[in-house]
Amino acid sequence: MKIAVCLKQVPARDGVLRLNADSTWVREDDVSFEINEPDIYALEEALRLKEKEGGEVVVCTLGPERAAQALKEALAKGADRAIHLHDPAFQNLDAYATARALAAAIRQAAPDLVLTGLQADDDGFAQTGVILAEMLGWAHSTIIMEIQAQERALKAKRELEGGWFQWIEIPLPAVLTIQSGINKPRYATLKGILAAKTKPLQRLGWKELGLDEEALKPRQKITKVFVPPKSGKVEWLEGTPREIAQRLADKLKNEARVI
Amino acid sequence: MFTFRGVDFLDMDSMLSDQEKLVRQTVREFVEREVIPHIEHWNREGQFPRHLIEPMAALGLFGANLADYGCAGMSNVEYGLILQELERGDSGLRSFVSVESSLVMYPIREYGSEEQKEKWLPALQQGRAVGCFGLTEPDFGSNPSAMRTRATREGDHFVLNGEKAWITNGTMADIALIWARADDGIRGFLVERGTPGFSARDIKGKMSLRASVTSFLSLQDARLPASAMLPGARGLKAPLACLTQARYGIGWGAIGAAMACYNDALEYAKVRKQFNDKPIASHQLVQERFADMITEISKAQLLALHVGRLKDRGSADPAQISMLKRNNVKMALDVARSARDILGANGVADEYPVFRHMCNLESVFTYEGTHNIHTLILGERVTGIPAYGS
Ligand SMILES: Cc1cc2nc3c(=O)[nH]c(=O)nc-3n(C[C@H](O)[C@H](O)[C@H](O)COP(=O)(O)OP(=O)(O)OC[C@H]3O[C@@H](n4cnc5c(N)ncnc54)[C@H](O)[C@@H]3O)c2cc1C
Ligand SMILES: Cc1cc2nc3c(=O)[nH]c(=O)nc-3n(C[C@H](O)[C@H](O)[C@H](O)COP(=O)(O)OP(=O)(O)OC[C@H]3O[C@@H](n4cnc5c(N)ncnc54)[C@H](O)[C@@H]3O)c2cc1C
Repeated sequence: MKIAVCLKQVPARDGVLRLNADSTWVREDDVSFEINEPDIYALEEALRLKEKEGGEVVVCTLGPERAAQALKEALAKGADRAIHLHDPAFQNLDAYATARALAAAIRQAAPDLVLTGLQADDDGFAQTGVILAEMLGWAHSTIIMEIQAQERALKAKRELEGGWFQWIEIPLPAVLTIQSGINKPRYATLKGILAAKTKPLQRLGWKELGLDEEALKPRQKITKVFVPPKSGKVEWLEGTPREIAQRLADKLKNEARVI
Repeated sequence: MFTFRGVDFLDMDSMLSDQEKLVRQTVREFVEREVIPHIEHWNREGQFPRHLIEPMAALGLFGANLADYGCAGMSNVEYGLILQELERGDSGLRSFVSVESSLVMYPIREYGSEEQKEKWLPALQQGRAVGCFGLTEPDFGSNPSAMRTRATREGDHFVLNGEKAWITNGTMADIALIWARADDGIRGFLVERGTPGFSARDIKGKMSLRASVTSFLSLQDARLPASAMLPGARGLKAPLACLTQARYGIGWGAIGAAMACYNDALEYAKVRKQFNDKPIASHQLVQERFADMITEISKAQLLALHVGRLKDRGSADPAQISMLKRNNVKMALDVARSARDILGANGVADEYPVFRHMCNLESVFTYEGTHNIHTLILGERVTGIPAYGS
């Protein structure tokens, strides 16, 4: 099975974030970058499927120069080759335009299966995978918790609301968006890191992908990013301990909705 | 416990290659997931995490900077980064990897016969065997040239007699590299576990490197075939060359311990409030501590990277490595003590890692050449006058 994994490099979790000058994104020179968490699980799932079923794992990212590091990490973990969609025209793409560029690359690579993360930790759209599938005209499913390969099809377990799950059968080719935590991602070994140096890393711009620049115009724009304002509201509950406990439980349940 | 974000004031990362950063990242992730959640428990119980030997071998951490026999063949800078990240977790874990790589695999690779290399290097690299390095004796630490352990030739055998003390991994080891005085000077012997006359027992009551095994070794008429001797190691310069390898790694490791302490002290100081509801980080005296710590850590990073690049070029001098070990371990100990102070009473409890690092660093200060001994190495190097016996 030939599997493509779409990875995104995002600001590291737990990083200290500051807004940029026009409050449209974080200041990128402040932060370090890492592979988006669900994408790491998608990569691991792809590597496991390859180990069981044979085939090839191709990793693909769209991003600036620094994003090549995410591809090198994936190669070090065992991906066979990498595609870096890198072009000045790819700056500030929305999910739709990103999916369009990815779709062009995926068509060229012609995999049987595409895995993406469920959503990106930075913008949290959860859109790129499904738009990509629609553009390819392939079957797709989201929030995948487990994959079992079958003859020209897959069985996949989806997470539903409220602790429910669903098993589905899905024909290939397909696009699945992977939920974090579905496996235990491996570490890159030192030998893997050395081997990554000799694996192919292809760079494609919009021309090589046969895209026209017009098609990459964003349909969506971030107008403002802000830190949630802190409301320093303190409420004193008075009464007997029993009354206080009752009112506190009521508030936690019905106002804060945490219990 | 606070999130660890690395410490890089001088943008040292801009001097590292993508590959070097990947090596650091993979070990940092390993330590974050496999070590940090459990280390205080292992430390309290005085337990070495044996179950980590196999995954560390799978990562390729043993003998990482050696070539062939299954070793990863990483650069010395990459080896340094590995040890830095391990020691960010715990000096005991780093000690284990240092001993395996620099004190057991390195000498076998450098001085061993082909048969010894083939028998031991793949096994050590894959974590199927554990080694130890026996140089120090109860009566001779800083001055190993006066060692009493003797190897007497009897036909095609050697008979070893003597005591070794403070030997990391001693009771765990499948293979002990024992340095002993033979007729033609100091020689190294590979003594296998189970050799009659050879025994090991652990040193109890250590207040430092508690998550590491430290042992006494005893050799009483231990008979070894002549083929157990490392043919290429002649004289004290052989074990000293091993120590140079290990000291180099310690110079990096100490930065890891310092970074861990600095990171936690900084996060703590930002949230701990004293006087006028102000975080202690806002008090001038506390800021002075941070200014000193970050400056010293940054200087230590520069020193380590520079010596690492020299070593990769093949031109690092042992005295330069002495400077690295001496400066960086002292720096780490000072940073740990400052961080301990900033944590106030919390600094003496093992809810935070600082006190553990501080105690660990006391051993690191002493082993692999004490601070004083490196002072004398540097002194001799610049004046040309040896002062060890004066
Ligand atoms: C946890 C731990 C693990 C260890 N693991 C190993 C191991 O795996 N293998 C191994 O062989 N050894 C190991 N050692 C031993 C270590 O290398 C020795 O402790 C070290 O060399 C110092 O020797 P010593 O303890 O006998 O101290 P001493 O040599 O007695 O020194 C005591 C003090 O005197 C000072 N001193 C000595 N001579 C001079 C001088 N001429 N001028 C000025 N000051 C001087 C020293 O600096 C020190 O402050 C380990 C030690 C520890 C604590
Ligand atoms: C083993 C032990 C036993 C103890 N027993 C007792 C006891 O019996 N009874 C009791 O009451 N207490 C006891 N204590 C508590 C002890 O007195 C406190 O730990 C001490 O007063 C420091 O307070 P803290 O730990 O809250 O540190 P903090 O006050 O939080 O100080 C943290 C750091 O900030 C620095 N700092 C704070 N304010 C400033 C400032 N304005 N300018 C510059 N630096 C500042 C401190 O010097 C320190 O480095 C004990 C502590 C220990 C460790």
